[in-house]
Amino acid sequence: MDSLIGFWDSLPSALQTVIVILLKIVAILLPLILAVAYTTFAERKVIGYMQVRCGPNRVGPKGWLQPIADVVKLMFKEIITPTASSKAVFFIAPILALAPALAVWSVIPFFDGGVLANVNAGLLFVLAITSLDVFGIILAGWASNSKYAILSSMRIGAQMVAYEIAMGFALVGVLMAAGSLNLSDIVNAQSGGIQNWFMWPLFGLLVVYFISGVAETNRAPFDVAEGESEIVAGFHVEYSGMAFALFFLAEYASMILISVLTTLLFLGGWLSPFESFEGLLAIPVIGSILGSGLHWLVFKSLIFLFLYLWFRATFPRYRYDQIMRLGWKILIPVTLVWIFGEGIAIGLGWEPWK
Amino acid sequence: MTFEQFIFYIFATVTIVSAIAVVTVRNPVYAALFLILTFFTSAATWILLEAEFLGIVLVLVYVGAVMVLFLFVIMMLDINIDPLREGFIRYLPMGILVAIVVAAEIVIVLGSDTFNMAIPDPVPLSDSNTKALGEVLYTEYVYPFELAAVILVVAIIAAISLTMRKRQDATKHQNISEQIRVNSADRLRVLKMKAEEKQ
Amino acid sequence: MISSIKHFVKTFTLFELLQGLSVTGKYFFSKKVTVQYPEQKTPISPRFRGHHALRRYPNGEERCIACKLCEAACPALAIDIELEERADGTRRTTKYDIDMFKCIYCGFCEEACPVDAIVETQIFEYHFEERGEHVITKEKLLAFGDKHEAEIAKHRAIDAPYR
Repeated sequence: MDSLIGFWDSLPSALQTVIVILLKIVAILLPLILAVAYTTFAERKVIGYMQVRCGPNRVGPKGWLQPIADVVKLMFKEIITPTASSKAVFFIAPILALAPALAVWSVIPFFDGGVLANVNAGLLFVLAITSLDVFGIILAGWASNSKYAILSSMRIGAQMVAYEIAMGFALVGVLMAAGSLNLSDIVNAQSGGIQNWFMWPLFGLLVVYFISGVAETNRAPFDVAEGESEIVAGFHVEYSGMAFALFFLAEYASMILISVLTTLLFLGGWLSPFESFEGLLAIPVIGSILGSGLHWLVFKSLIFLFLYLWFRATFPRYRYDQIMRLGWKILIPVTLVWIFGEGIAIGLGWEPWK
Repeated sequence: MTFEQFIFYIFATVTIVSAIAVVTVRNPVYAALFLILTFFTSAATWILLEAEFLGIVLVLVYVGAVMVLFLFVIMMLDINIDPLREGFIRYLPMGILVAIVVAAEIVIVLGSDTFNMAIPDPVPLSDSNTKALGEVLYTEYVYPFELAAVILVVAIIAAISLTMRKRQDATKHQNISEQIRVNSADRLRVLKMKAEEKQ
Repeated sequence: MISSIKHFVKTFTLFELLQGLSVTGKYFFSKKVTVQYPEQKTPISPRFRGHHALRRYPNGEERCIACKLCEAACPALAIDIELEERADGTRRTTKYDIDMFKCIYCGFCEEACPVDAIVETQIFEYHFEERGEHVITKEKLLAFGDKHEAEIAKHRAIDAPYR
């Protein structure tokens, strides 16, 4: 042990910083990827249950090893390149889809102070990086040299640009209320019990944000990009094996990201709903469970993740023109009206969230 | 060389190489991709200068939105590359002329006294970049800002009025609001009929 | 006017969407109807049409008289029969092949048979391991019939009143 500490101290300080950062990245990404794997499992289970089926239950006890089996299968599949595709872009595309989906997690705080990079403009960073997601998909569609794929990437591109605006406006409402772009500050602005969360004064924005989040991640009922009945599987028809798995990973990582972000912005992140009951929090064990911490963030995010799956099991797919109408003509005006009202409230000094 | 400088040189090299690639690459889609790379690396350079707001907005607006639409248009156009290379010699004199004029203009502008001033001391930012920028934008520069907004609105209206036309011929189109408002009573009538007598 | 206000309220409270969610939410907790197949099986009708079999009389003589009615009835042309006359003057088949890839399990052969020789059993879980095995020969059909004769007889007895 002593020799280990000695070795550590002998390293140059720059290298020490790099190693610490790398370890932090691993500590964030490893649980994330595991969460992605088990989200796919949860999805199949939940949708199965809602369709009065059991879902996967054969691999391992109660089917708990199913995602591992899926990963192994995808790893050993052959990656096929279409003959007339542009090879370089074809292989860069899945990486371009995955990299932003993972990069965003660098600014997400998991508990008080538990953040890789405490950026001042964290919210803007999240918006900017998530807007890069679309490139992987568009390029995948183009590089595949397939009609279905290009159709899908056209759909997805227009859809994501449209819903990014509604999403951005919903975030404007949050940062007006919090007075900061830093995600930790936004969460701390909501402290003081469940009645102080932004979900009450900004309920409309919460709904708009989550709906556009679902559209942004191309999940049902906004999954026209995949549209099995029309364009086979959309932008990733030509992808197989690990290249396909990267798209899959990116999609679920951004799903989890949207859930966590909704929690952070509107539901007080890691804050406990019982913060105002100080007597309750003073009890030894129960207090630490009911007190603020990472587990509340996970729990609240799971609610939204479940909503994703619930939506998928319930709603039929939107028609494309209806998606555009919803995005431009309904969600954006709703957020504008809400922000306008919020601005008036701030101007009059009547701020219910303070 | 400090670590910061090292990173700066990496980003600067990538920016220059990709900017050159934008104009030299044959395939227009690749050119657009290199333009995206140029934007992204210059955003990184800005962030290195602690202008994180500008850097992030550059990524958000140019890379995330404008370039997506650019890529769209380029992908939709069925560009045949060979004819583009045909008139190279024919257009060369004109091109060289334009290049000389542009270069001369740049030299004249940069050589004038307007830019010949001392570099102002960087103002240390008390709080976040975003806040400082917002405060200046909405107090000192509020009129230029409003003007820019008005110009953008005019541009939006112009673009819409140019492209939106009511077609005279009988085209079929769907009115979504009407479609959504329909309920079963409008479409379905349940009739009660007497059963026929048994023969 | 009233209806448009009603529509407005309904749209912005997401009433219909919540209604839909409540339906799926209810089914989330309902009892699952999945049959865990290899362990659990659904009951099968005695008329079930599965793998074919050729039957024998109790004295061991094969029933089939090579009348070729089944071959004629077969809509998929899956049955192929060749015949001979035995020394005692009876007609018997020398070849009775069923191509299981062509067969559509319609049961017409069973209905056409005047002597109840060709029958379809309840066995539907079978597989082929080598190319060519899908053509079931007479020997295999007879062996299959011998193996499952008790079951076949039982199911035919149950179904007899309705034939």
